[in-house]
Amino acid sequence: MAIEARIPTILRTYTAGEKAVEGNGLTLAEFFVDLDSRHAGLRDRLVGEDGSLNRFVNVYLNDEDVRFLGGPETPLSDGDVVTILPAVAGG
Amino acid sequence: MARYDSLLDSLGHTPLVGLPRLSPSAEVRLWAKLEDRNPTGSVKDRPAIAMVERAERDGLLTPGCTVLEPTSGNTGISLAMVCKLKGYNLICVMPENTSVERRQLLEMYGAEIRTSPAAGGSNEAVAVAKKLAADHPDWVMLYQYGNLANAQAHYDTTGPEILADCPEITHFVAGLGTTGTLMGIGRFLRERVPGVRIVAAEPRYGELVYGLRNIDEGFVPELYDADVLDSRFSVGPEDALRRTRQLIDEEGIFAGISTGAILHAALAQADRAVRSGQRADIVFIEADAGWKYLSTGAYAGTIEEAAERLEGQLWA
Repeated sequence: MAIEARIPTILRTYTAGEKAVEGNGLTLAEFFVDLDSRHAGLRDRLVGEDGSLNRFVNVYLNDEDVRFLGGPETPLSDGDVVTILPAVAGG
Repeated sequence: MARYDSLLDSLGHTPLVGLPRLSPSAEVRLWAKLEDRNPTGSVKDRPAIAMVERAERDGLLTPGCTVLEPTSGNTGISLAMVCKLKGYNLICVMPENTSVERRQLLEMYGAEIRTSPAAGGSNEAVAVAKKLAADHPDWVMLYQYGNLANAQAHYDTTGPEILADCPEITHFVAGLGTTGTLMGIGRFLRERVPGVRIVAAEPRYGELVYGLRNIDEGFVPELYDADVLDSRFSVGPEDALRRTRQLIDEEGIFAGISTGAILHAALAQADRAVRSGQRADIVFIEADAGWKYLSTGAYAGTIEEAAERLEGQLWA
């Protein structure tokens, strides 16, 4: 088992075109570091130097926005799905 | 009283109806605020009328003016009706991947439609409208994403209506687009109902809609304040469609697809309340009815077929 990350089109240059990649980590922050070890440069697009999420990136853990869970410190478990999406308008 | 001097005066005062079959128990109940019972059939009539009247009071809008707005549909339809009745021209910038019904309604009301590219969804419509506004300083862009009158309309009307009809409210759930509905009603309820939970349901579209050229082209509406919310869910087309059909099957309510997404998040709150043994009265917004989405195929065939047909479309 592992944790799955769903990658938006715009960031697939870092995953050799893969829509979904797997990784591990006890927290979202650790998961991003693990992903970056195989997909170099991906983490920089998601979080700033202080580890907080970039403004125009939304990250959902099993469909719930992680900013309302624990942010980068949100705990993860095997089988979780982390969806990464750019922020878009509605209305 | 159900008699009004004009269509505009009949805005709001929409019914709040219980969902006895979808509610898990007598202690955990769901209530739908039927916003399709507004002048043009959607919740957007409230901010549209409020934004126009605010602009009139501020002296920005005078007879014969041209109003400009980026919109994926409902706000444009509401503005088209208001502008028609008040004598303004309307130009809507709309992404090309929106349903034909929305275009026909806008044209019928006499609005001019400028099309923005499908890729990038409403972000592109916003960008195109901002450029048009810069090129035509005499046009008035109401700009629903940053116009305080949008959220204020809900603070002044929808919020008080909900609290009057359901003083025992524990959760409020609505769709997140311009964020005006959640910011306005959320703030109103937070000030008056200790412990109330404010939950956002955001549509998750197909990949095309997120096909921005650069992640920095992402867009967060100026009205958005995350502190008003307790949680925010991303709801995909399968879940939204399944719940939309459940609303018809079990409660007889023919709602638009975004309402299915909102119900999905509301049912998740209901499930949590049941598991923790807590009483809950969960009010959610039915944003519009399903009529404008029939051509998308959302209401025909299996969920999987319908979801496939929605791929690439702006369904909320």
